[in-house]
Amino acid sequence: MEVSWALLANAVIAGLLLGGFYAAMSVGISISFGMLDVVNIAHPAFIILGSYIAYIVNDRFGFDPIAVTIVLSPLFFLLGMALYRIYYVCFERRGQESLRGLAFFFGILFITEVVLILIFGVDYRMVSSRYGDVTWRLGPVDFPMRLVVPFLVSMTMVIGIQLFLTHTFFGRAVLAVAQDQLALRLMGVNPVRVKELAFALSIATAGVAGAFLIVIQPVQPAIGREFIGLVFAVCVLGGMGSIWGTLLGAFVLGLAESFTSTFFGPSWAPAVSFGLLLATLAFRPSGLLGR
Amino acid sequence: MPGKSRSFPSILGRVLGALFVGLALTGTALAQQPLKIGFGMSLTGPLAGNGKAALIAMEIWRDDVNAKGGILGRKVEFVYYDDQTSPATVPGIYTKLLDVDKVDLVVSGYGTNVIAPAMPIMMQRNLVFMSLFGLNVNSKFKYDRYFQIMPAGPNPAVGWSQGFFDAAMGMNPKPKTVALVGADAEYPAMALEGAREHAKKTGLKIVYDKTYPPNTVDYSPIVRAIQATNPEVVFVASYPPDSAGMVRAANEVGLRTRMFGGGLVGPQFAALKTQLGPLLNGVVNYEFYVPDLGSKFPFLDQFLAKYQARAVVEKVDPLGFYLPPYAYAMMQVLDQAITATKSLDQAKLAEHIHKAEFDTYVGKVRFAGNGEWAAPRVMMTQYHGITGNDVEQFKKPGRLTVLSPREYKTGELKAPYHENKK
Repeated sequence: MEVSWALLANAVIAGLLLGGFYAAMSVGISISFGMLDVVNIAHPAFIILGSYIAYIVNDRFGFDPIAVTIVLSPLFFLLGMALYRIYYVCFERRGQESLRGLAFFFGILFITEVVLILIFGVDYRMVSSRYGDVTWRLGPVDFPMRLVVPFLVSMTMVIGIQLFLTHTFFGRAVLAVAQDQLALRLMGVNPVRVKELAFALSIATAGVAGAFLIVIQPVQPAIGREFIGLVFAVCVLGGMGSIWGTLLGAFVLGLAESFTSTFFGPSWAPAVSFGLLLATLAFRPSGLLGR
Repeated sequence: MPGKSRSFPSILGRVLGALFVGLALTGTALAQQPLKIGFGMSLTGPLAGNGKAALIAMEIWRDDVNAKGGILGRKVEFVYYDDQTSPATVPGIYTKLLDVDKVDLVVSGYGTNVIAPAMPIMMQRNLVFMSLFGLNVNSKFKYDRYFQIMPAGPNPAVGWSQGFFDAAMGMNPKPKTVALVGADAEYPAMALEGAREHAKKTGLKIVYDKTYPPNTVDYSPIVRAIQATNPEVVFVASYPPDSAGMVRAANEVGLRTRMFGGGLVGPQFAALKTQLGPLLNGVVNYEFYVPDLGSKFPFLDQFLAKYQARAVVEKVDPLGFYLPPYAYAMMQVLDQAITATKSLDQAKLAEHIHKAEFDTYVGKVRFAGNGEWAAPRVMMTQYHGITGNDVEQFKKPGRLTVLSPREYKTGELKAPYHENKK
């Protein structure tokens, strides 16, 4: 195969667009797992829940799927608050969060799947949008809108979260709770409340990422499991608890996947991505931008 | 008080009478025991849509048979478990069905991926194994009690894509290059193996031959890599989510080739047909039934009417053209074999299925020595004239041209692929 500039440019653009989507899926994990130390293995299930909510509203009322989940993200926020409260009362407060907490989130994952199956059946669902089948072309480079729109919204969301965490009192409290909960208590701040709100924020991002997913590809209730490895890999590669790191990790994996698929064969893509992860951890155990 | 004297023959007569009545009652009870048929089925996971549709068809068969009094006077009962579309669960499911549930017969779930892992158990226990849409599973096992209902013919890997390559080589001028691409899974591997044989036989130069992981999100880098090799024909073997991804990517990239498709699983179902809509125009792909051929399958309407009513309620493929009729036919073969041999003896059943011809909703079925259909009947079709995403257009004739086999042909191939988009 001849390597042309057009092929190279398209591989870069495809990798960046894919990375943007991966960042949206992983930023919630970066908050819950990286900052709050809550191993929310059910995160992809909430992504799928977001997909189905986008699907219902799009199918019944014809509204844009991404706009729908941004509007409905407060509901995901409330769901996240309730979920953390249960997790805290049942496990974290008793110091049983490690293994039992993990089992709890596994349970949530399966229950969410089963509920979706009972309500929607097992068939694949997809949404229609004005931009879904549109591709912009800039010379030889393609910009498929079903990836560009999620990319732009994802960038806004991830950068917004980063600014929120670094420029607001609450954001700094979240960063503090990741470092030293006792110190936070001494400052008169309730770490449980902070963690509750931060966890809720992570679930809200999952809902929005779900809308991106169903715009990009068909979805069925159990498809979330395929992304468990990916979202944790992005989080660990970028550096635990670093939002910029998550963004960088997502771009690295997206570009690796795109370049491998284009130039070497797509079946090598997971090996290259996870090889990069292992190599990074060998030289920088805390991840690309981890402390 | 004088006692009643009883003679020995009288007592013996009563004992024998009681024994006779007891045995008769036991016999009646045995005859009334349900005939249990066990299987695993994908009710969750990536292929659950197909699995659930197959289950509905099999349940319609069960209800039809039971309404007529069952088989050999026994009502049919199903014992089934969700295999989660995971090959790893299959051996455990069939072991439980046979050892714990004590089923009388077993059949397969849907698809190559879950049929292959059940084969060692079937062979170990010498069981007749009717299977549903496994592609070339028996090529390695060579098990003489394996039977398969998908019409891919005695050499399934080759028969599967025969129509695609026949149509390709029928183009003028003949193509010289082909690209092969598919998912890293059992079915695509088999389909690609057959496609390679066709390429070799027809002298087509393979310019791209790669597989991709099933959880791929963006297929455009793959399609661009294919486009960079400039193939005249692109053969794709994929499962539903990747079929959607490949078709979308081909449209986004503006793939320029003369023929595209072949082994895409998914566009046979209403879900992907409606979701992809006009993006399917020009795609050449396999089907087992199209509405244009209704007159050739006169009894299928009865079945489809029952199926479509249930499919709406169960939220699965509302068309039911692809898998459900064959799931029903698979059970019809088993039913007719048991009725003809009046037995559940596995050896007798296998012998009969090898020899007999079966009259089913999908037509007459005869099996080759390796358990596949004796003659292939994979229809290669081309989509055209699709506008919008309405499901009703797919229920009517005129949206799919049958290119092969000859006896079902309804039109000619329109090439190149990208010209069909205009």
